[in-house]
Amino acid sequence: MTDHDHSRTFQPDHPEPRSEAALIGLALRELLIEGGVYTAEEEQAMIASMQGAAPENGAKIVARAWTDSAFRQRLLDNAAETIKELGFDLSPLEFTVMENTDTVHNVIVCTLCSCYPRTLLGMSPAWYKSKNYRARVVREPRAVLAEFGVELPQQVEVRVHDSTAELRYMVLPQRPSGTDGLSEPDLAALVTRDSLIGTQRDLRGKVP
Amino acid sequence: MNVPRFIVGQRVRIADRTPPVHHRVPSYAKGKVGIIERVCGMHGQPERFVPGDGKPFKQLYRVRIPQTDLWRGYKGVPGDKLEIEIFDHWLEPAE
Amino acid sequence: MSDAEKHMKRRPHDIGGKAAGPVDRAEHDTAYWEWQIDAMLRLAMQKGLLSDFAELRDGIERLSPDDYENLSYYERWARSLAIAMLAKGVVSDQALQDRVAMIRQRHKAEK
Repeated sequence: MTDHDHSRTFQPDHPEPRSEAALIGLALRELLIEGGVYTAEEEQAMIASMQGAAPENGAKIVARAWTDSAFRQRLLDNAAETIKELGFDLSPLEFTVMENTDTVHNVIVCTLCSCYPRTLLGMSPAWYKSKNYRARVVREPRAVLAEFGVELPQQVEVRVHDSTAELRYMVLPQRPSGTDGLSEPDLAALVTRDSLIGTQRDLRGKVP
Repeated sequence: MNVPRFIVGQRVRIADRTPPVHHRVPSYAKGKVGIIERVCGMHGQPERFVPGDGKPFKQLYRVRIPQTDLWRGYKGVPGDKLEIEIFDHWLEPAE
Repeated sequence: MSDAEKHMKRRPHDIGGKAAGPVDRAEHDTAYWEWQIDAMLRLAMQKGLLSDFAELRDGIERLSPDDYENLSYYERWARSLAIAMLAKGVVSDQALQDRVAMIRQRHKAEK
């Protein structure tokens, strides 16, 4: 958990709840709670559960796939079922894992809204929800990736996955070299959130 | 009917229509041709909220489209692809 | 369909491929009220007030282009959920407006 830096917490696109729309939302919330639709306790439990999700979940799946090739194959064939082996369950949503290789780089977007596998990656970053990402990554993925510091040679094919229906996606990044013999937890610690979305390719930087 | 109309590798065209209701086909993909990358199974399609639409569950497919077919002047490598999920009733066989 | 018709019918959320600026990579914490909106969506579905996200997405897609542009992500969800709850008669417009006024008063008093 990062220290709470108040100066960056409320940015222009995350105003304090003063706007009409935000107040309508909070007003609705109070009416629903008072009307008995749900309780404040249920709200707190739901928020705690959402806040508990983090990219460490996705990283665990990646580390297992890197060390267990049968698991990796099951993951690629049927990710939704296979992640249950590690205690994760995205039902009723479908879940699909796309593997990076020497010749393929995958990147995920939801151009129509911002669908994201939050159970495995935590809250989506603001840029993933942004209009600029959603508009441009389908049309000029290499330019957008370059903004993230990912430069891809011509021999590497870029595949953009637009989550238009019920599937949620995660990228399986390549295992960096120099990691033989690392434990699963140590391998998981190398995996970044951005590498699971596809805006990072190379994980060598974190290898001790 | 649960038997998929299309098989992996088959060329399909995405319909070019804009119903006045919530649908999940981005404009950039409408009218485009791609190939079936996988058959995803029966899923609840979002247009079931159209009054009178009787078929809530339809076959879903992943369609793979070359980026050079989607964007004029695509600035990338010719082999780059885009993949999206499209429901059965938005697809027709293509040559 | 003519190009003009296509342009008119395209809803404001349908932005894949549109020209846009550089991606701002700055991280932003999610404000507490935003978590509360998110929780409300999920609990409304859990309690059967909504069947799934399709209804809410439809509401967001019917926002005017200006609203879609100017409202933040969670403001759009809040708007859409309010529209859905009003349409279903779960809350009344009067009750909502009264409560907004009450919250505004509360905020003033807290200052």
